[in-house]
Amino acid sequence: MTDPVLDIRGLRIALPKGADRPFALSGLDLSVNPGEIVCLVGESGSGKSLTAGAIMRLLPEPHVRVADGSIRFEGQDLLALSEREMKQIRGDRIAQIFQEPMTALNPQKTVGWQIDEVLRLHTGLGRKARRARVLELLDLVHIPDPRSVYHAYPHQVSGGQRQRVMIAMALACEPKLIIADEPTTALDVTTQLQILKLIRELQEKEGAGILFITHDFGVVAEIADRVVVLSKGEMVEQGTAAEVLNRPKHPYTRALIGAIPALVPPRPRDFRDAPVVLRAEGLVKTFAARGSLISGKRAPVTAVDNLSFTLRRGETLGVVGESGSGKTTVSRIVTRLLESDCGAVEVDGTDLLACSPRELREMRRHIQMVFQDPMASLNPRKRVEDLIAQGPIVHGADPKAARARARELLELVELSPAAATRYPHEFSGGQRQRIGIARALAMEPKVIVADEPVSALDVSVQAQVLKLLADLRDRLDLSVLFVTHDLRVAAQLCDRVIVMQKGRIVETGVTAELFAAPSHPYTQQLLASIPGRGWTPPDLATDAA
Amino acid sequence: MTPGPGGATVRAWPPSGTPDMQLTQVLSYALRRLLQAVPVVILIMVGTFLLLKLAPGDTVDALVGDMGGADAAYIARLRAEYGLDQPVWVQLGRYMAKLIQFDFGWSFVYEQPVAAILWERLGTTLMLMGTSLSLAFSIGVGLGAIAARRAYSLTDNAISTLGLIFYATPSFFLSLMMILLFSVKLGWLPVSGLSDVAAFYTGWDHVLDVALHLIMPTAALSLIYLSFYLRLMRASVLEVADLDFVRTARAKGAGETRLMIHHIMRNALLPVVTLLGLQFSTVLGGSVVVETIFALPGLGQLAYQSVIQRDMNMLMGIIFLCAIIVVIVNFLTDLLYARLDSRIALK
Repeated sequence: MTDPVLDIRGLRIALPKGADRPFALSGLDLSVNPGEIVCLVGESGSGKSLTAGAIMRLLPEPHVRVADGSIRFEGQDLLALSEREMKQIRGDRIAQIFQEPMTALNPQKTVGWQIDEVLRLHTGLGRKARRARVLELLDLVHIPDPRSVYHAYPHQVSGGQRQRVMIAMALACEPKLIIADEPTTALDVTTQLQILKLIRELQEKEGAGILFITHDFGVVAEIADRVVVLSKGEMVEQGTAAEVLNRPKHPYTRALIGAIPALVPPRPRDFRDAPVVLRAEGLVKTFAARGSLISGKRAPVTAVDNLSFTLRRGETLGVVGESGSGKTTVSRIVTRLLESDCGAVEVDGTDLLACSPRELREMRRHIQMVFQDPMASLNPRKRVEDLIAQGPIVHGADPKAARARARELLELVELSPAAATRYPHEFSGGQRQRIGIARALAMEPKVIVADEPVSALDVSVQAQVLKLLADLRDRLDLSVLFVTHDLRVAAQLCDRVIVMQKGRIVETGVTAELFAAPSHPYTQQLLASIPGRGWTPPDLATDAA
Repeated sequence: MTPGPGGATVRAWPPSGTPDMQLTQVLSYALRRLLQAVPVVILIMVGTFLLLKLAPGDTVDALVGDMGGADAAYIARLRAEYGLDQPVWVQLGRYMAKLIQFDFGWSFVYEQPVAAILWERLGTTLMLMGTSLSLAFSIGVGLGAIAARRAYSLTDNAISTLGLIFYATPSFFLSLMMILLFSVKLGWLPVSGLSDVAAFYTGWDHVLDVALHLIMPTAALSLIYLSFYLRLMRASVLEVADLDFVRTARAKGAGETRLMIHHIMRNALLPVVTLLGLQFSTVLGGSVVVETIFALPGLGQLAYQSVIQRDMNMLMGIIFLCAIIVVIVNFLTDLLYARLDSRIALK
C-alpha cells in the first residue's frame, strides 16, 4: 500500500471568542491516498470548508487558526512550513477548486491569462510553451474551441464552462492533491453530472488524490471512494462509500441520509372534481435587450413562451427546469410582480392581469409568495410579528387583531409564539423560511406560489420545511405552485409537474407517471442527471425521526 | 457604478475583434454621443437664458449703478443699443441664432468678445484643476491602497487621520495658512497671481514662473480632493480583497504584490474612476474661493464677477463652456470605464 498524499491527524481549528463554539473543528483524522476521492460531508457550519482552508494555510488568521494537530502532505508537515514555501506548494502540488464559478474568476482578466498565471508562478516555461499548455488544458477539460475561450473573459462563458476553466487551472501543474470545495453546488443538474464525470475521468487519468467537500449525499454516491462525515466540527463517521451510504452507523449520518428526499413521488390524488383556482392562459414574456436611443437593439430574450396551465384547489403543481428555463419568470408573472406581454392569469375566475391597480391590491390577498432566500426576503429591521401582520394591516385589518393572529400563525408553522418579538437575524435558515410561510399564510390566500423555498436550506432542514408545507396544504386546502430546480424535492410534494426548457413547457403530467416514464428527451436527460440516482437511500425512517 | 448616460451595456459573446475594429467602434460611439449631446446643450442654454432673464436687473442697471446714476432717456438708449428693449423671445431667438454659429457675443463689461476672454481663462483653470485632480487622484489612490493593505495598523490610522483632517479643513483656511507659511514667513513662493508681471519672463523662465505661482493653489486644492479618493480607494480595496477571485489567486500561489497589482487594483479602481469623472466636470467650472485668494484669473472668478455685474453674454458663455466640458468628461469617463472593465462595452 502506498503512503497517503494527505494525512490529517487530530486537527483542531479554533474560532474567535464569542463564536457559537470554541472549535470549528475538533479532532479530525483523515487521509487521502493517491488516485482516491474522499468526500468530506456535512451541513452548513460543520467546518468542512475550514478544513480546506487549513490545508491550504489560507484561514483568516489570526481570528481562525489551527490550534492543534498535524497536516502531512506527502510526508511533509504543512503547518511547519514558512509562508514562502507554502506559496510554492499552493497551485503547484496542491490545487483547489471553488464553489462559485461566477465569482471565483477575476472578471477583468481573460480565461487564458488566469490559467497562464499558475504556470507563470510555478514553472519556468516560456510564453509560447505556456500558451500551448493552456490550450492543451482547456482541451483536456473538454472546452469546445479552446482558442476562442482563451481570449474570452469569464462573463462571456457559461457557468459550466467557468467551472471547467477552474478545473483546468487546478490541473495546470499536475498537482498531487486537489481540494474541490462544493465544485458543483452552483450548477444545474445536467451540468453537475458532466462536471462530476469530468472530475472522475481526470482523476483516473492524472492519478491525483481528491478531497471532495460537499453537503449533497447524491453527489457523494456519484463520486466518492471513501466518506468522512462531519457534524458541528466533529468527525462522526468514516468509511468506504458503500458502507456509509448503505449502512450508516452514527445516528447523525442516519438522520442525514434519512432526510434525503426519496425519488418516489406521492400516490396520485384525484383532483378532477376540485374547482380550478388558478388558470394561466397563453403567457408570454419577452425581455427586450437594453439599448440607447440611437444604437441598434440586440436580440430580445423570450423567457416565457405561450405558457398555459391550471391549478385546482388543494393541488400542488411543480414547475421544474434548469436555470434560464423561465420557471422563476412564471412565478413572477402569476403574482403580477412582473407584467406579462399577453395572456391571462385567472385567480378564482378573475383575470389578475386585467385588474386596475386598486383591484390588484384587493386580489393580492388571494395569491401569496414564499421566496427562495429567507435571509434576503425578510426586512431585517422589523420584528417577526410585524413582518407577518404587515399584509393584513395594509389590507385594513385591525393592527391588534393582526398581531394576535400572527402569533397563532407562528404556532401553526411550529415556532414558539415568543418568536413574535424577535428579529429575523436571530433565527436559523429553516426557521426564517417558516416565518416566510407564516407571512404568506397571514393573508389567507387561495394560492401560494413558492419559488425554490427550500433550495437554500440544509437537507435535514429541507425535509422538515417540506413536511410542514405538505401538512399546511392539506389542513388548509391550499393550492401551491411550486417552482424548483431539484427533482427530488419536486417528487416529494408535487401532484403534477410541468417541465420547462427555454421558456416552453416540454412535458407535463402526474408526477408519479412522469417520473416513471418520461416521454420528452429533455425530461429523460434531467431525470438521468439527478446525482446518485443509482443509489436508493436505505429506509431509515424508523430511527431518523 | 452606473456609467454615463450613453448607456454602456454588457458586452455579448463573441468578444470584440481587432484593434482596428475597436477604433471604428469608439468613433461611431463618439459620433452617437455627440448627436445626443446637442439637444441637451440646447435645452441647458434656453433654460439658463430664461432663468437669467427672470432675475431682476440687467447689464444696464449694473452699468448705471456703477456710474452713479443716469437720466431715463440715456438708460433707454443704452437698452436699445444692447437690444435689451426687445421682448424676451426675440432676445432668446437672436442669442440662439448667434450661438449656433459659435458666436458668444460681446461682453459689455470687459469690452471684448466673450470667446476671447473665456479662452484665456479656460487655460488657467484647466491647468490648475487638471494638475490638482491628477495629483489628488494618483496620491489618493496610492495612499488608499496602502492604507487598505495595512488596514487597522498604525500606518492606516495615520493616513486615514491625515485624510480626515484635510477633508475637514475649509479651503480658504488652508490657502491662507499656506500663504502665511510659505510666502510671508519663509518667502519661498509668490503670494498670488499667475505670473510675475514686472519681470517680463519669456520662454522657459515664464513657464517656471507660472509653475511657481501655481504650486500653492494646486497643493491647497489637491489636498482637499485627495481625501475623497483616499477614503473611497481604501474602502474599495478592502471590499475587493475579500472577493472570491482573490482567494482563488491566493490558492494559485500568488504573492501579495501580485495579488494587489493584477487582481485587486483594477477591480478596486472602478468606483474611484466614477468619482473622478463626476468631480472633473464640476471642478472645471473653477473654484471661486481658491482663485480669489490667490488672485488667479480663472473661470470661477470670472463667473462670480459676471453675476455681480449682470454680464449676461459672459455668463451664458461660461455655462455653455461648462455644459460642453461635462459632456466631454462624461464621454471620456465612459471610454475609461470600458477600458478598465471588460464587462462593459460601448454600444
